[in-house]
Amino acid sequence: MALQSLDIVRRSATTTRPPDIRVTPPGGGVAKLIDTTKCIGCKACQVACAEWNDLRDEVGTCDGTYQNPHDLSGSTWTLMRFSEVENTPGDLEWLIRKDGCMHCADPGCLKACPSPGAIVQYANGIVDFVEENCIGCGYCITGCPFDVPRISKNDKKAYKCTLCSDRVSVGLEPACIKSCPTGALVFGTKEDMQIHAAERIEDLKSRGFDKAGLYDPEGVGGTHVMYVLHHADQPELYHNLPKDPQISAEVRVWKGAAKPLSLAIMGLTALAGFFHYIRTGPNETDARDEAAADEAAKRMGKTP
Amino acid sequence: MNDPRATIVRYSAAERTNHWITVIAFLLAALSGFALFHPALFGLSALFGGGPWTRILHPYLGLAMAIAFLFLAARMGSDNNMQPRDWQWLKQYRDVIDNHEERLPEVGRYNAGQKLVYWVSVVSLLLLVLTGLVIWRAYLSAVFPVGLIRFASMLHAISALVLICTIIVHVYASLWVTGSVRAMTRGTVTPGWAWKHHRAWFREMMSHAANTRPRAN
Repeated sequence: MALQSLDIVRRSATTTRPPDIRVTPPGGGVAKLIDTTKCIGCKACQVACAEWNDLRDEVGTCDGTYQNPHDLSGSTWTLMRFSEVENTPGDLEWLIRKDGCMHCADPGCLKACPSPGAIVQYANGIVDFVEENCIGCGYCITGCPFDVPRISKNDKKAYKCTLCSDRVSVGLEPACIKSCPTGALVFGTKEDMQIHAAERIEDLKSRGFDKAGLYDPEGVGGTHVMYVLHHADQPELYHNLPKDPQISAEVRVWKGAAKPLSLAIMGLTALAGFFHYIRTGPNETDARDEAAADEAAKRMGKTP
Repeated sequence: MNDPRATIVRYSAAERTNHWITVIAFLLAALSGFALFHPALFGLSALFGGGPWTRILHPYLGLAMAIAFLFLAARMGSDNNMQPRDWQWLKQYRDVIDNHEERLPEVGRYNAGQKLVYWVSVVSLLLLVLTGLVIWRAYLSAVFPVGLIRFASMLHAISALVLICTIIVHVYASLWVTGSVRAMTRGTVTPGWAWKHHRAWFREMMSHAANTRPRAN
């Protein structure tokens, strides 16, 4: 029982049922709500993440925006992304989005992972990487619709936001939530977060943000990290947040039907050969063929 | 096992070496690829020293196979062009699988089935190398867009399936047509084998005495 979980609902590269003896927690599991309309881009969450998880990314360079580091990495699991958008001419908007793992209900990373138990999904909705089992192939990056996992340059293992699964499992909220000074980050059950988001959206609409809405994309079965957006009709404004994310058709073929079908086709090909041998038998050369060959050679004036 | 009648040289020592290097690399690439492809076969990664080592080695094993095959394909390319009689041979596939070789058109160094194995191997290996480079996360994937990596991952698996099935057919055919394995292990075949299975090639060989070895007895 030490250091193991009985709350696993999905386990990568595993075709039998994972240990899921415990009942699903009420309220649809846990969720983090990121209210982009309240975010001031202070990056306290980014620092809290690095501090709790004991991560120190390289000090980067300034690219002219507040975004630093430039991208997620093995040592940066959450990142404030800054977009300067002129959605309506003459009206510059500074849209800030805390990027990181969305903890999909139907996780593309887990579907793509070839290593048993390197990615697990807990009953509370958290999708977690178990780096001990990671082989560093990067298939999780291929499978993710949000471009989140990163292979560390140091140990060649895949890393991403854990939704502080270590803290959540002992009743604490994620480190980023603790640090947020404006209440843009909230944590609770998924149902509570949806209710809270609905209140926020109503308020935003009353202030003229007609298209305000909740980002909880259905294509991946919903997510356990959700956004309140002022422009929910144009999520791509927020540093290319995908409008309709889902596991791509190629990944679904490659990691779905192709697996059992390929094994069946290869097995049947070998069996076809075996039973051909049993039913028809070998194509043999006998003494008559040798005699005919000698005859033919003689006619050509040769001795084989 | 020595067969004193096996006097016709089909494959030189260099060709046999080239072929078996390709075989060894193919087996290792296929076994490590299986481990990464299907959870039920992940245990094969133990043959390569565990999951990370399988992931590290697989691309190199694949490249080794491709390079060895490149030389093999270059040697054999000119004998594998499809000709009109090959299409007729394929049409009579029932006679082929029923061992009614006497009803088939005369065959040169390679029959139409062997030529198909050649061309399917060329195409599937080319696809495996190209897609394999795209999904080689350690060195190359960073320069490709994720959409291409997804497509390449799927195509890599499909190409591997096609190649593996082709090789299963290739191996079975060599066991089915008795005396063929000897051509690739010892280098020689008997005149009767050449006359029965590759008659046009047999005549060609008879017209150049240098292509035969003196009988052992």
